[in-house]
Amino acid sequence: MEFVRKFKNSFSNVPMLGWFLGILCAVLIEYYFGYDYISYYLGLPKIPVLFGALIVLKNPIMIPGVIGYDLIVYVIPILLVAKVSTFFTNPLAAAMEKMPLWLSALIHLILFYGILHLWAGINDYRVMVVKLTLISIILTVSINVINGYQGEFSCSHPGFMAIGAYVSSILTLLFFVNDKTFGEPILSASLGPWLFPIALLAGGLAASLGSLLVAIPSFRTRGDYLAIISLAFMFIVKSAVENIQFIGGARGMGGQPDYAPLPIIFIWTMLCIWIIHNFVTSIMGKALNAVRDDEAASESMTVKTRKTKMTAFMFGAFWAGIAGGLFAHVLAYINPGMFSINRLAEILAMVYFGGLNSIIGSIVGAVSINVLGEALRPLELFKWIIIPLILIFVMIFRPYGLISFKEINAKRLLRAKHKREQGA
Amino acid sequence: MSALLKVEKMTHYFGGLRAVHNYSLNIEPQQITGLIGPNGAGKTTIFNLITGVYTPTEGTILLEGNNIKGLETNEIAAKGLGRTFQNLALWRHMNVLDHIKMAHYSQLSYGLIGAFFNTPKCQNQERQIEENSQRLLELFDIGQHADQMVTNLPYGAQRRVEMARAMATNPKILFLDEPTAGMTPDELVQMIKIIRQVHEEFKVAIFLIEHRMKFVMELCQHIQTLVFGEIIAQGPPEEIQNNPEVIEAYLGKEDLT
Repeated sequence: MEFVRKFKNSFSNVPMLGWFLGILCAVLIEYYFGYDYISYYLGLPKIPVLFGALIVLKNPIMIPGVIGYDLIVYVIPILLVAKVSTFFTNPLAAAMEKMPLWLSALIHLILFYGILHLWAGINDYRVMVVKLTLISIILTVSINVINGYQGEFSCSHPGFMAIGAYVSSILTLLFFVNDKTFGEPILSASLGPWLFPIALLAGGLAASLGSLLVAIPSFRTRGDYLAIISLAFMFIVKSAVENIQFIGGARGMGGQPDYAPLPIIFIWTMLCIWIIHNFVTSIMGKALNAVRDDEAASESMTVKTRKTKMTAFMFGAFWAGIAGGLFAHVLAYINPGMFSINRLAEILAMVYFGGLNSIIGSIVGAVSINVLGEALRPLELFKWIIIPLILIFVMIFRPYGLISFKEINAKRLLRAKHKREQGA
Repeated sequence: MSALLKVEKMTHYFGGLRAVHNYSLNIEPQQITGLIGPNGAGKTTIFNLITGVYTPTEGTILLEGNNIKGLETNEIAAKGLGRTFQNLALWRHMNVLDHIKMAHYSQLSYGLIGAFFNTPKCQNQERQIEENSQRLLELFDIGQHADQMVTNLPYGAQRRVEMARAMATNPKILFLDEPTAGMTPDELVQMIKIIRQVHEEFKVAIFLIEHRMKFVMELCQHIQTLVFGEIIAQGPPEEIQNNPEVIEAYLGKEDLT
């Protein structure tokens, strides 16, 4: 433990910019030397996509090679560059502290996106994993508004997602694509990518309208009973879609144009995190917590509890709808079976694993469950033993999830860091 | 001068049970009124009826001449009825400062859009509310606990948080439901001081339920005695103290006071 503490301490003066620079170096090394030199000499068949987890599980002989690859490409360059570059990253971070916070946050985000784009660009599989992970982040952060901040146990998120996915798909197919059900496009296809946000918003709004069916019962009931109502809502949406032949019924609906490349999804995800963060840190958003902790007291303190509950549901559902729309346009095919109990289990696992009442927790939960899910794929059946086991252990040791009741403090995250005093 | 709060002939049934019968109340501005009575007499029910948790079966409730019967609790609270609870009703996962800020809810005007995009209007308003909350915390002598979770505070401090929270709603009348329940004699004396201070600084009227005679006699200008949902006596403290009916119904034997 002493070693770990010392190790952490020696990196305590690396600012966010320094880490970015380190990761950038690692990604560049992989980009230029990863395939031709490093993986070739280590005897790996190709660049390990998810830090070698897939290769290792398929073929354990590769373990030393993969560890070597991770060390050479990621661990050593990141640590080395981050540590060495502090002499100029810290003054740079200090200079950026003088800018307005939003500007410096924006610059950091653009840098982060550049690195992510480079890393994912190595192959299509990574792009897909990153896209689905970002969509999961939207889903998890938005369900956290209902299940964490508002404290209801809502199971209808896949239903909201389905509404968003179908509405936005119908709109894009109707307006921009020559489709066999909807016929000739109404508008020129070249307008598609520009008007796509409107289709997404329409999907989100439809989902938030649908959420009223769950929100209104929540005025009178909560806990287990509301969970059952919301579960019923999810099945209603699923069977309704299955029985509307016009939109493909149980066979599903395909051919959505590819309007959701990585940067678009990244922008929507950041927008979602930003808006939800603003909301839950404002007094109006904290009313959600007040209603959760004591409804009678909130009423007496002038809080409009009904409006608050409706807002929580509609707002959460709106983002679930957006996520559904993006999801449909990433896969270019949806069917009602995708928005069923399996999806629900996945979303709930992400939010409860990551931590209730915390955006950063949701992000951690979404990323870790997604990456774990992909990394453990070669184990097939055992994957579904290992992930639930991890979930159980998290619940035993941290009943509210990994990181709960914590908000992002952008200022602290981005500031210049000076070495901590010994013992301080 | 018309009364600030006027309740007339209020009756309420829970199913077949008559919880409150023919209850009337007049509160003048800045008056401190006490409501006493044995356990189960219906004191808290009366609080809940006036603050809108239940709607009375019969009777009228007028606040500054306007009917408030049948409004939602939050609307009544925003019109100027602040309250505390018999068993503390604080929000478990919020810190002290957030409690006070939360109680400014009815004064927010930036709307959902303001909250979503953190507009300058929203920032300004939140900053003002924060300053106001800090001031209230200092006044109630809990400024040093501002960043702490309420569940970590000592009992007396939690009571003060509840009072400060009620005052943040900007009430005209403050309803206190057993403000000294479970307090030590020292804390009791402190509470009397705080209530006096609130009364003087904010010029509010106070309506309180209490069991401790010392407390009621010292603070109140007018006392009502409630037994089985009906008022059996009301008047200034000295009169109530010596009223044989009250002594019989509530205080029991004389030497117990």
